[in-house]
Amino acid sequence: MNNVGIVIVSHSLKIAEGTADMVRQMVGEEVPLAWCGGNPDGGLGTQVGAIMEAIEKAWSEAGVAILVDLGGAETNSEMAIEMIGEPRASRIVICNAPIVEGAVMAATEASGGASLKEVVATAHELAPA
Amino acid sequence: MDAAAVTNIDLTTLITAVADTMAAHADELTALDQAIGDGDHGLNMKRGFEAVRAETATLAEKPLPEALKAIGTKLVMTVGGASGPLFGTLFMALGKELPAEPGRADFSAALAKAIDAVAARGKSQAGQKTMLDVLYPVQTAVAAGKTTPEVADIADQAAEATKPLKAIRGRASVLGDRSIGHMDPGARSSALITRAIAGTLEPRV
Repeated sequence: MNNVGIVIVSHSLKIAEGTADMVRQMVGEEVPLAWCGGNPDGGLGTQVGAIMEAIEKAWSEAGVAILVDLGGAETNSEMAIEMIGEPRASRIVICNAPIVEGAVMAATEASGGASLKEVVATAHELAPA
Repeated sequence: MDAAAVTNIDLTTLITAVADTMAAHADELTALDQAIGDGDHGLNMKRGFEAVRAETATLAEKPLPEALKAIGTKLVMTVGGASGPLFGTLFMALGKELPAEPGRADFSAALAKAIDAVAARGKSQAGQKTMLDVLYPVQTAVAAGKTTPEVADIADQAAEATKPLKAIRGRASVLGDRSIGHMDPGARSSALITRAIAGTLEPRV
């Protein structure tokens, strides 16, 4: 699939799964989609390894947009991108947007074949000014 | 340059000391984190350093810079939470910057760069009630030629000094003024790691 992929990273697996459900229902199957949430013990948190796997799963040559919830999710996503390295790293972007609305809007944009830049810009419009 | 001493690092002793400290203080760190964070710091750090401890034999065979990079990667992958990338970056950057047989001046310079890497990773700076408020004074003390017990004491004092600060970065920043009066958990764990490592080194490395 050549549409931009979407990755959802929440501290809570339930939030990540629920957000993914909404994307699937509202946008459909036209977008590569993966999610992760929780720490290695099954509690709340985010993990670099799980984020790397999710990026791999949602990988598209058009790139991947990541939606995150709180601070650690962003830091861990940045670390995951760095560890994946080039040539892929420059085609993976963390969106500054609320996780649920951002995921749905980014996926909607991506499903129409928009570029990574367009997908990210659409999500960023949702960010609080 | 006083090149010799720092090369005498016994990695097995060092890893054991740090992992033991994290295990012994896990509840305390968690209590600090419950006050101003999400209450998982102690458990996260313990899990990370237990994962490092499990690979002590392999790590001890590597040259010091490689071992530090591997420790950092392990922490990134196992700690979970923002502490993983932050403490992981500290060790990874230290490994990247250190020559194979570092002297104290090399260590001091590498530590400065590694702390800057942590600051960049966390988009933070000194004075924001974070681990940086311990790491920078530790680096200054190392650069100034303090003995290892002195460095450990300076780390403790610096962690204590995060109490009156207001959190600006990290989860605690949500609390604003309510973060004042609590010691920062990341600062405390940085001081604990410093003391554990200092205890394995000669006083005048």
